[in-house]
Amino acid sequence: MTTLTSISDTISATLAAGWSLPNMKDIIELAYMISAGLFIFSLHWMSDPKTARRGVFAGVAAMAMAVLFTWAKPDVTRHLWIIIPLALSVWPGIWLANVPLTAVPQRTALSHAFGGLAAGLVGTAKFLYWFHNEPEMLTSFRVAAIVLEVLLGYLTLTGSVIAAAKLQEVKWIPQRPWVYPGQNIVNLIAFGVAVVGGAVLIVQPTAAYAPYIFFGIVFLALNFGWMLVMPIGGADMPTVIAILNAYAGLAAVAMGFVLDNKLLIVAGALDGSSGLILSIIMCKAMNRSFSNVLFGAFGQVQAKAAGGEQKSYKPETPEDAAAMMGQAGLVVVVPGYGMAVAQAQHKVRELYDQLKKKGVDVKFAIHPVAGRMPGHMNVLLAEAEIPYTDLLEMDDINQDMPVCDVCLVLGANDVVNPAARYDKNSPIYGMPIIDADKARMVYAVKRSKNPGFAGIDNELYFLDKTRMLFGDAKAVVGELVKNLAPSASMH
Amino acid sequence: MLLPVVGQVIGALGAQAAEQAVQGAGQVADGVGGAHAVQPLDFVSMLFAFMLATFIGIGVIRRVSRLLHTPLMSLTNAISAIAVVGSIMIAGGEHYPTWVRVMGACALFASMTNIISGFMITDRMLKMFHAAPEGQAK
Repeated sequence: MTTLTSISDTISATLAAGWSLPNMKDIIELAYMISAGLFIFSLHWMSDPKTARRGVFAGVAAMAMAVLFTWAKPDVTRHLWIIIPLALSVWPGIWLANVPLTAVPQRTALSHAFGGLAAGLVGTAKFLYWFHNEPEMLTSFRVAAIVLEVLLGYLTLTGSVIAAAKLQEVKWIPQRPWVYPGQNIVNLIAFGVAVVGGAVLIVQPTAAYAPYIFFGIVFLALNFGWMLVMPIGGADMPTVIAILNAYAGLAAVAMGFVLDNKLLIVAGALDGSSGLILSIIMCKAMNRSFSNVLFGAFGQVQAKAAGGEQKSYKPETPEDAAAMMGQAGLVVVVPGYGMAVAQAQHKVRELYDQLKKKGVDVKFAIHPVAGRMPGHMNVLLAEAEIPYTDLLEMDDINQDMPVCDVCLVLGANDVVNPAARYDKNSPIYGMPIIDADKARMVYAVKRSKNPGFAGIDNELYFLDKTRMLFGDAKAVVGELVKNLAPSASMH
Repeated sequence: MLLPVVGQVIGALGAQAAEQAVQGAGQVADGVGGAHAVQPLDFVSMLFAFMLATFIGIGVIRRVSRLLHTPLMSLTNAISAIAVVGSIMIAGGEHYPTWVRVMGACALFASMTNIISGFMITDRMLKMFHAAPEGQAK
């Protein structure tokens, strides 16, 4: 009896203690831990299209927990200051979620910019607040983390804005790489100044001149962003977006160090590793190193490579091309940015349907850097309701290319250029490509007779088995569909 | 091996800056284990969390289907908007002056926009991925 009473006493005492204010901190920490775990599951479920949507729900749950339990913190009391920005963010959030899928690269870049801005602002606010009110909080570790957070945050902000503008093809940003002599030296000096400034701040965070140094670093970081992205051309955008993704994640990690919050660290690290892996995949797919993408100034090499002897294209009518495809056993479509620009994916779906009706097997060969961001082509083709089981990765489809009867190159260029295999002078030498030239017959859809974005002639277009279909990708595929359709539907 | 070394270096720096007094090397080393015991422990465990989360992240992300790299990016966009935690603490914090809170509110707006648009567009894209149904087209 006495034991029971004492146990129940203990329990009630524990419960009382559990719900009193001091232990709220533990509950919040626990919620953060569960939230971090859910984020990991969220990414884990992305491994398969079948479970991927579950991943989104896990992510939403994790984020909701993080928001609500942070809001429940005892010292978070100014609720109006939270409710108003929250309410204001609903409309732009929904608007950004419903952009056309061809604009997803820009949207992604813009959202990296927002992430960078948030990290930068929190870092700035924290530093200045501590400097003026609690200078003892500015330990070396915290200051180092703040410097990192602010550098990465503001760099991501301006870099992503420029990247988004380039992807949106606005007039005031040149599409071609923007380079000037000594560019790398200027960048290096600016970076060196920022590092020195950061070091001074770490050693003397409470000196009277510290805010000036701090704003100097902010200024430099804002400039790094555009300085890093301006020299990078459109073809390198997938890598740049992936790198900016990693930066945005690392900025969140740094914020976690500043605020002593492990949830921020874990979620930021997940994001950072995602950006890292994607950039590695993109770099490998172009046979280039990180430094080459960031400092390589792709444009300069191209100028030399362009302008060989004039070769002649062999044009073909859509009627003949359609007839050829209708008799094929296997047709492989290689989509590229041209398909996205022309919004041709729905016409491609019609082509897919018509060919399937005739018993032709149709596969899509997706190069990792096709389009303007990782996985861009897959999303566009999925939007057109083409089953993802027919979207094949480069390595898988290359085994089948020798038995492919017709290869239709649709707005892709560099990713099918055989020069990548043997021409050491070509800027794309060593880049793994889709073996379009191994197919029995190649049809290339091309908007004009000018060389592509990279400015390199594509030898694939001049092979004996290649025929050109000139015109807008959507219009050409539409013609193909019309010629393939059974006469019944022609009326 | 590396972590304790890094920790010691940063810990020594911290002790130096905090005390701002002339101290011998021995006393600084003392500071790591003694007077500043809480602080170094704190950041070492944070670095630990960072390291482990990075390894988990790399392991998990490598297995993500290449088909889904675009949705993956928008999902990680939303996840990195976890900066919302810091923004809420600053925007709604009890004792912050108004100018700090304004910055926090802007940060909160930016990260909340990312959360809403990131999760919504990821789901919108994922809904479009269908496996090939044998026989039926739609």
